[in-house]
Amino acid sequence: MGLELRNIHKHFGPVRANDGISITVETGTLHGLLGENGAGKSTLMKVLSGFHSADSGEIVLDGKKIKLASPDDAIEAGIGMLHQDPLVFLPFSVIDNFVLGSPGGWRLDRRQATAEMQELCDRYGFSFDPHTPSRLLTVGERQQLEIVRLLWLGARVLILDEPTTGISADQRAKLFAALKSLSKEGMSVIFVSHKLEEVADLCERVTVMKRGKVVGEADMPVPPERLVEMMFGQAVQIRDRKEVAHGKSRLTVDSVRMATGLLSEESTSLEVNAGEVIGLAGMEGSGQDTFLRICSGMRSLKQGSVTVAGKDLTGKHYRDFLAADVKYLPAGRLEEGLIEGLTITEHFVLSGEDRSFFIDWAQARNRAVEQVDHFAIKGTEASTVESLSGGNQQRLLLAMLPHELSVLLMEHPTRGLDIESADWVWEQLLARREDGTSIVFASADLDELLRYSDRILVFFSGRVIGELDASSTNVDEIGLLIGGRSANPELSEGSQ
Amino acid sequence: MSGFFTAFVDMFDTATIASIVAGSSALMFATMGETINEKAGVINLSVDGSMMLAALAGFVIAFQTDIVWLGFPAAAAVGMSVALLIAFASIKLSLNQVAVGFVLFALCTQLSRFLGTNFVGRRPVGVPTWEIPGLSSIPFFGPVFFDHNLVVYLSYLTVIATFLFMYRTRKGLELQGIGERPEAAHSRGIPVNKLRYFYTALGGALIGIGGAAFSLDVKLGWSDRLTRNLGWIVLAIVIFGGWHPLRAAFGVLLFGALQAYAINLVPEFPSLSQVLPSIPFPAMILALVIVNWKRLLKWLDRYPFLRAILRSDPPTAIGTRFKVN
Ligand SMILES: Nc1ncnc2c1ncn2[C@@H]1O[C@H](COP(=O)(O)OP(=O)(O)O)[C@@H](O)[C@H]1O
Ligand SMILES: [Mg+2]
Repeated sequence: MGLELRNIHKHFGPVRANDGISITVETGTLHGLLGENGAGKSTLMKVLSGFHSADSGEIVLDGKKIKLASPDDAIEAGIGMLHQDPLVFLPFSVIDNFVLGSPGGWRLDRRQATAEMQELCDRYGFSFDPHTPSRLLTVGERQQLEIVRLLWLGARVLILDEPTTGISADQRAKLFAALKSLSKEGMSVIFVSHKLEEVADLCERVTVMKRGKVVGEADMPVPPERLVEMMFGQAVQIRDRKEVAHGKSRLTVDSVRMATGLLSEESTSLEVNAGEVIGLAGMEGSGQDTFLRICSGMRSLKQGSVTVAGKDLTGKHYRDFLAADVKYLPAGRLEEGLIEGLTITEHFVLSGEDRSFFIDWAQARNRAVEQVDHFAIKGTEASTVESLSGGNQQRLLLAMLPHELSVLLMEHPTRGLDIESADWVWEQLLARREDGTSIVFASADLDELLRYSDRILVFFSGRVIGELDASSTNVDEIGLLIGGRSANPELSEGSQ
Repeated sequence: MSGFFTAFVDMFDTATIASIVAGSSALMFATMGETINEKAGVINLSVDGSMMLAALAGFVIAFQTDIVWLGFPAAAAVGMSVALLIAFASIKLSLNQVAVGFVLFALCTQLSRFLGTNFVGRRPVGVPTWEIPGLSSIPFFGPVFFDHNLVVYLSYLTVIATFLFMYRTRKGLELQGIGERPEAAHSRGIPVNKLRYFYTALGGALIGIGGAAFSLDVKLGWSDRLTRNLGWIVLAIVIFGGWHPLRAAFGVLLFGALQAYAINLVPEFPSLSQVLPSIPFPAMILALVIVNWKRLLKWLDRYPFLRAILRSDPPTAIGTRFKVN
């Protein structure tokens, strides 16, 4: 007996979030669902809890096919989900959150509900005051509140979507203990995570997802290398590139602190020399993006310092960074890098050095025509930027970079590009390196990181958990670190 | 200077206070209606227009049939229809609630002018007074609260019912939920958009009844743009009331008191008689600013009880639309 998902499809516009997924969860087991950000885990779980309705596929619970037209049906069937960001009503009191949505007529008996909530809390070692507004609860407590609520509603299948993001180690221990005892009582638990360590700690069986598909399944325990291989695929790569002698120190970042999510993290330091390429690896949102923004002056620091070519730019404005020839190209090309509705010519006007009051359109058009040609952009100087394909937008961004460039910071330089464009982009970037430009880039593509970086920094939940020499490391090692598991146990989060 | 004082002291007599209560019915209904709308997450910006059109509809039906009570359902239907248009435009057509509401305000206002031309200055129809036996003879409270008509009594009942419904029933909690965090409501199996239609319709109906209460009780008869600006005051009072029915009701009475004070000031400053009647409007806005003044709120943090009374959190999802794929 158990829960069976059969061939679930779910798409959002062109995105196939779930592309024919089948999973079986045995009753009373702790089942892990592992996969990178964007793999489609949350979507699948929202389908299973009736939040989204699937395009096709069926769900079978204890041998009976069930129809989930709304979350009501799921609750009825005993499926309860704790969302990634616990869906509590922040201004409402704890007890109001507890009763909201429970079946029953008009009558609202808060006293009775309080007693029942207290009883469940006592059983699982949670405690909170029923009358405080839930906005005063920590994320961990909000999760606990949701869990007891789902239990009260009679959940037999409990889904937890990335429950350990943003909670303390102490709360995590409490959560795991509660989950283990629930599973002993016969509850089926689906634990969604992108952290290998946690799945290894907790789960009896694991399913790995990637790009909307199931790419592997295993009974625990399995060696973590196997899981990494499933998550990231096995990549073979050859390092064949011209080495460039590195010059003097270009960018020094000294013990800066970043804050991701709700946790304030340890400080990070980095020294980059002229001509050096640094790759930033990690799950999305592990701190790489924040780190790049700090280096580019777009985000202010709480602590630490940033020095560019010997000049202290700590706390300086983004403009001062630009003046020091530091340039940042964000991942959202259309959101942050380019201006929708404006043409290529207009972009050159805006990015040009000409600061006179009136625009010299003739000159700007000439420059645009020249660059469109030089960078082989498929379009004309009068094309609006949104009409260009992703690859051509990236070419345009590169074409607009100033000649003098000290440090280039990039997020996902080749995301969404075809192979040809991607190779071309890197050709341009590596050529810059010979002029002494230092490059720091974040990428989710391990191949790209290994191929082009000199050094790789691996980020995990807001801090750097490993610095690797790209010529002597491999996909497995990076993959493990990305998952929060370090070869060096002192660095590993899971060892706490 | 003493003029201000005299006019103030004059307000504290039973007849004046009773008249404030009697005159509050229209605003009470409309304010409760708008509070319900906004609690469900839908801003009904058309109040000023829909109230006016409803006031006309109420008057016309009552006048034509000579049955005053028939005016109220007619007005409710008008208010409900306009509100449903806003809900539909937001939920089904993904249009901006504020923009649609504003257009409907203008449309209803013009429509009431146009359709009402022939009814200007017609014989008014009014709700008969009905003093509540026994209660009306209590000193002070009797004349103030229990010597009016059914419309006024129903307006208090509406306030109390709205309060009890929102904070003491399961359905009321769900109403607050859909305006606060619709995806959380959805995940608990609450049909967010269905309820939004329902509560916008309900709130719209109350706004309409407010219009009829004005033309059939507060200020009898129809004249061009009869209820003008009251709708905007309703929107201000809802905010002043921190989206709480009881505090909003207090806001309505405060506005009534300001109006009474302005009228009392006229004999003291005859030269300002043109300006004084409009003073309550800016004064109400000033009150709104004061209760939301950060410094004051910070200072009040030391007095939890007062702070709790003055808390005002707009429903988080107000004005947004909710859609699941
Ligand atoms: N409501 C939505 N609308 C559009 N796209 C979505 C929506 N939810 C998820 N997606 C897309 O579906 C893909 C899978 O997302 P998700 O299920 O959240 O992945 P995971 O939980 O594994 O990180 C992503 O590309 C994401 O952008
Ligand atoms: Mg997710």
